[in-house]
Amino acid sequence: MRRKWAPVLLILPSAVLLLVFVYGFIAWTAWLSTTNFNDLFVRELKPVGLANYLRLFEHPRFQIDLKNTLTFSLIFIPGCLGLGLAGALLLNSGVRFEGVWRTVFLMPMALSFIVTGVVWRWMMNPSTGLNLLFERLGLGFLANGWYTDPAIGIKAVALAAVWQLSGYTMALYLAGLRAIPRELYEAAEVDGASGWEAFRRITLPLLTPVTLSAIIILGHISLKIFDLVVAIAGSNGGPGFSSDVPAVFMFQTTFQANRFADGSAISIVLLILVSFLVIPYLRWSLRQEVRE
Amino acid sequence: MKRALIYAGLLALAVFYLTPIYVLVVNSLKDFREVSLEAMWQPSDHPTLASFVRAWQGAPETGMRGLGQNFWNSVYLVVPGVFFSVFLGSLNGYVLSLWRFRGSETLFFLLLFGMFIPYQSILIPLVRTLQATGLYGTIPGLVLTHVVYGLPITTLIFRNYYAQLPKDLPEAAQIDGAGILGIYRHIVLPLSAPATVVAVIWQFTQIWNDFLFGVVITNRPTVQPITVALNNLAGSFIVEWNVQMAGALLAALPTLLVYVLMGRYFIQGLLAGSVKG
Repeated sequence: MRRKWAPVLLILPSAVLLLVFVYGFIAWTAWLSTTNFNDLFVRELKPVGLANYLRLFEHPRFQIDLKNTLTFSLIFIPGCLGLGLAGALLLNSGVRFEGVWRTVFLMPMALSFIVTGVVWRWMMNPSTGLNLLFERLGLGFLANGWYTDPAIGIKAVALAAVWQLSGYTMALYLAGLRAIPRELYEAAEVDGASGWEAFRRITLPLLTPVTLSAIIILGHISLKIFDLVVAIAGSNGGPGFSSDVPAVFMFQTTFQANRFADGSAISIVLLILVSFLVIPYLRWSLRQEVRE
Repeated sequence: MKRALIYAGLLALAVFYLTPIYVLVVNSLKDFREVSLEAMWQPSDHPTLASFVRAWQGAPETGMRGLGQNFWNSVYLVVPGVFFSVFLGSLNGYVLSLWRFRGSETLFFLLLFGMFIPYQSILIPLVRTLQATGLYGTIPGLVLTHVVYGLPITTLIFRNYYAQLPKDLPEAAQIDGAGILGIYRHIVLPLSAPATVVAVIWQFTQIWNDFLFGVVITNRPTVQPITVALNNLAGSFIVEWNVQMAGALLAALPTLLVYVLMGRYFIQGLLAGSVKG
C-alpha cells in the first residue's frame, strides 16, 4: 500500500468516537460506581471501594430484579426459539401464500417495545382484554390478573416479548433452513430415513449455529429489557416490584433518585453479565470467519 | 392429513400474531362515545378517524398533549441520524474490509462489542457530556447519540458486504493510480446500494423505535420523540384508550410502512443484526 496511514486516518473519527463514547464512558461509569456520588449535592467525589456493590447485592429490590431477569429469560428465550422454529418449519414446508404468512408472523418485529407495551397492557388488563375473551369462549379458568398480580408480573411481560421477537427468531431459522442443501435430504431418503430421523440428524444439527446466535441475541435482550416493562407495568416495576428488572431499577435510581453511584453499580453489573454472554460468542464467531 | 395439520399450525400462529394488531386497529377506529371496555373485541359500528385526530392534536381543554409535534420530532431525529450513521458505517466498513491495517481486527472486535453493551453502562457519562456541551435536551444531542451507538451495526453491515465484492476491481484501480478515497468514490460507493438499503432500514427502525435515549436525553415534552410521548400519553389514565390505540398506530406507522413496502430488505437487516448474516 502506498500510504499506510491513509486507512487509519479515514477510520480515525469513528475510532475516537467509539473509544470515548463506549470505552471511555464505561470506565467513567465504573469509576463513579466506586465513589460516594449518591446525591446531587456531593461536593467532592470520594472513593468508597466496593461499598455500593455490597449494598446493592443486599438490596431486596435488586434480588427480586435478578430473579425476575431469570424468570423472564426462561420464558422469553425458549418461547422465541420454540415458536420461531415451529413457524420456520411450517413456512418451509412448501405452503401456499408463503409470503402472506411470513408477512403476518414478522409484523410485530417492526413495532417498538413501547407500542407493543401499550397494546399488551390493554390485552392483559384484568377486567377486559384477554380475560373478557376467555370468559366469552367458556375458558374462564384461564383468566388471571396478568401484570397486576405479583405472582405473575414479569411472566406477563415475557409473553408480550415473545409475541414481539419470536418472528425475529423465525427469520433466523428460516434463513438457516434455506441454507441446508437439498441433497442431504435426498440422500437420507435413499437410505430409508423417516422424516423425523432426517429432522433429528440433519436439520437440528445444522441449525445449531443459528440457535446459538439466537440465544445470544435474545439473552442480551433479556438482560437489558427496559421499554417493555415501563410500558406495561409502569416505571416502578409493578406491584411489589413484581415486574421490575435491573434496567428499570437503574433508571429510577439514577434519574429519579439522583443516586448516581448506585445507578452506576447496577449498570456495571449488567455490563458484566452481558459480557459473559457476548465476548465468548464474538471470539467464536470471528474465529469462524477467519477459517472460512 | 399432514397438509391440514400444517395449515392448522399456520392459522394458530397467525391468530397469535394478529390478535393484538386487531385490538389496535379496531379500537383506534372507535370514537369516545363508542369505546367501552366491554366492547373491546367488537369492531366499531361507525368507524371514524376521530381518535387519530385527537391523538395527533391533543385536547387542550383537558391538558392532553397531542403526538403531532412528537411525530415530527422523530422525523427530524431519524433523517440526519440515519444519514450520518450509514455514511460513517460505509466508510468504516470499506476500510475494515479492503484496507486492513495492524490492529484493525482488534478495532473491529471492540466495535462489535459496542453493539452489545447495555446502554445503561454509558448513560450517566453521556448525559453529563451532553450537558457540558449544551446538547442535552436537544434533538441534535439525540442525533449524535444515535449516530455514535449505531456505528457498530452499520460498520458490520457494510464490512460484510464489501468483503464479498470482487477484489480485482479495487486492485486494478490502484494500479491505475487511484487513491483510497478515489477507489471508494468511484468503485465501491456505486456498488453500495444493497448494503445501504439494509443499513438504512435497520437504523431507521432502531432510531424511530428507540425509547431509552429519548427518555433520558430529552426532558421537555416539546422535543421528545414519539415513543416517549406515547408512553406519557398511555401513562395518564384520564385519556380515553381509543386515543391511546390511535396514538400507538401513529407511532407504529412509519416502521410498519417500511416493513410492508421493503419486507425483503427489512429481513436482511434483521439477519445482519445477528452478526453472521
